[in-house]
Amino acid sequence: MLSAAEISALAISLKVAVLCVAIALPFALALGLALSRLRFPGKSVLEALLNLPLVLPPVVTGYALLLLLGRNGALGAWLAGLGVQFAFHWSGAVLAAAVMSFPLLVISIRAGFDGVDRRLEAAAESLGAGPWRRFLSITLPLSLRSVAAGCVLAFARAFGEFGATISFVGSIPGETRTLSIAIWELLNQPGGEAGLGRLVWVALAVGVAASLGAALLGRRAQARSGEDD
Amino acid sequence: MIEVDIAWRTRDFELQVAFTSDARNLALFGPSGSGKTSVLLAVAGLRRPERGRIAVAGQVLFDSAARIQLPASRRGLGVVFQDGRLFPHLRVRDNLLYGNGNAVQAGAPVAFDTAVELLGLTDLLARWPGSLSGGEARRVAIGRALLCRPRALLLDEPLVGLHREARSQLLQYLRRLHGEIGLPTLLVSHQPDEVRALAEDVVLLDDGRVAGRVRAEDFA
Repeated sequence: MLSAAEISALAISLKVAVLCVAIALPFALALGLALSRLRFPGKSVLEALLNLPLVLPPVVTGYALLLLLGRNGALGAWLAGLGVQFAFHWSGAVLAAAVMSFPLLVISIRAGFDGVDRRLEAAAESLGAGPWRRFLSITLPLSLRSVAAGCVLAFARAFGEFGATISFVGSIPGETRTLSIAIWELLNQPGGEAGLGRLVWVALAVGVAASLGAALLGRRAQARSGEDD
Repeated sequence: MIEVDIAWRTRDFELQVAFTSDARNLALFGPSGSGKTSVLLAVAGLRRPERGRIAVAGQVLFDSAARIQLPASRRGLGVVFQDGRLFPHLRVRDNLLYGNGNAVQAGAPVAFDTAVELLGLTDLLARWPGSLSGGEARRVAIGRALLCRPRALLLDEPLVGLHREARSQLLQYLRRLHGEIGLPTLLVSHQPDEVRALAEDVVLLDDGRVAGRVRAEDFA
């Protein structure tokens, strides 16, 4: 069985990953829709910026977060005045995970929106549906598989996040020591093999569960649309 | 009553079309590429002319000089698209009801059961659009447009691509609709028999211009 410390690491990782997806999703939907449907100046710059966390070493992203949001950072000092602190706090782990997984979420959602037949949206408009109703009743349901896939990808990325997290929030047991960080700590600890083995199995189980969940969601979305491709 | 006076120019096509009609059922007739579907989409609000004016039943829907551009969702027109455009993730019943509760409600109400009975949709209600034949899908599309309570129906080549039997069957359904509901229609077609059966007044279009005007009974 898992020790209390191991359960705590698993709980922190799950909490971070779930909150990360829940918080990032509305923004990713809005941005994905804007990128899919609108043309605006600076769009390619925005796309490049969006992908930055994918191409930067995660440790660098974490360090950038620390510079920006650390206690002496440009934004961090101001936020500290309001009593909000991200660095070395579990909410910072959520933020780091969100930054790291946001591109995956947006790319997947955008691809889904790109794949929706615009003529169906026009038909909905001609039937009296305003923009919100068109989005909620046509665009979103027809891209549900991509949105679900994006959520699973983002969840997995957030659950396994290591580099940005450890440089931004460190490894505080019960606060910011996630499963990945706990595994890394055990790797560096003589005699940690037993705990290491258990945590690796836990990580594997969560990964497989997420992957299966994605497949099931996809099949349900497909069944609802009545297609058999 | 419909008034159209619109123009636009793209790289390879120039359209300039003006007509008014008091006929209950008006047809735009012309070869493919003559611009008739573009005119229908402009009336529907799904394509924006560069300039001009569109009014239906006394209401101005578009006027470039007065900067009026009513969104398609508020025009109260039921559009039946050439390609059907049924929502693939909704069963036939939910496709039919999609426009039912919209805010515009411009025309007289048509009861769901009446529309379903009139168009022979009773046995299709629980089906998915992907499983319908061409003629069935076209009838559902007509029912869906009808049930959004429009002030007029816009039919874009409603019979195109159907085999002969389905075609004559759908023609009968459309004639029944004219007889029993009497909603004004704007029909776009390149088939003379369709125009004769479904319209009283015909605007001939060719290469983006009005090429003539005939009454449907004189239409050969």
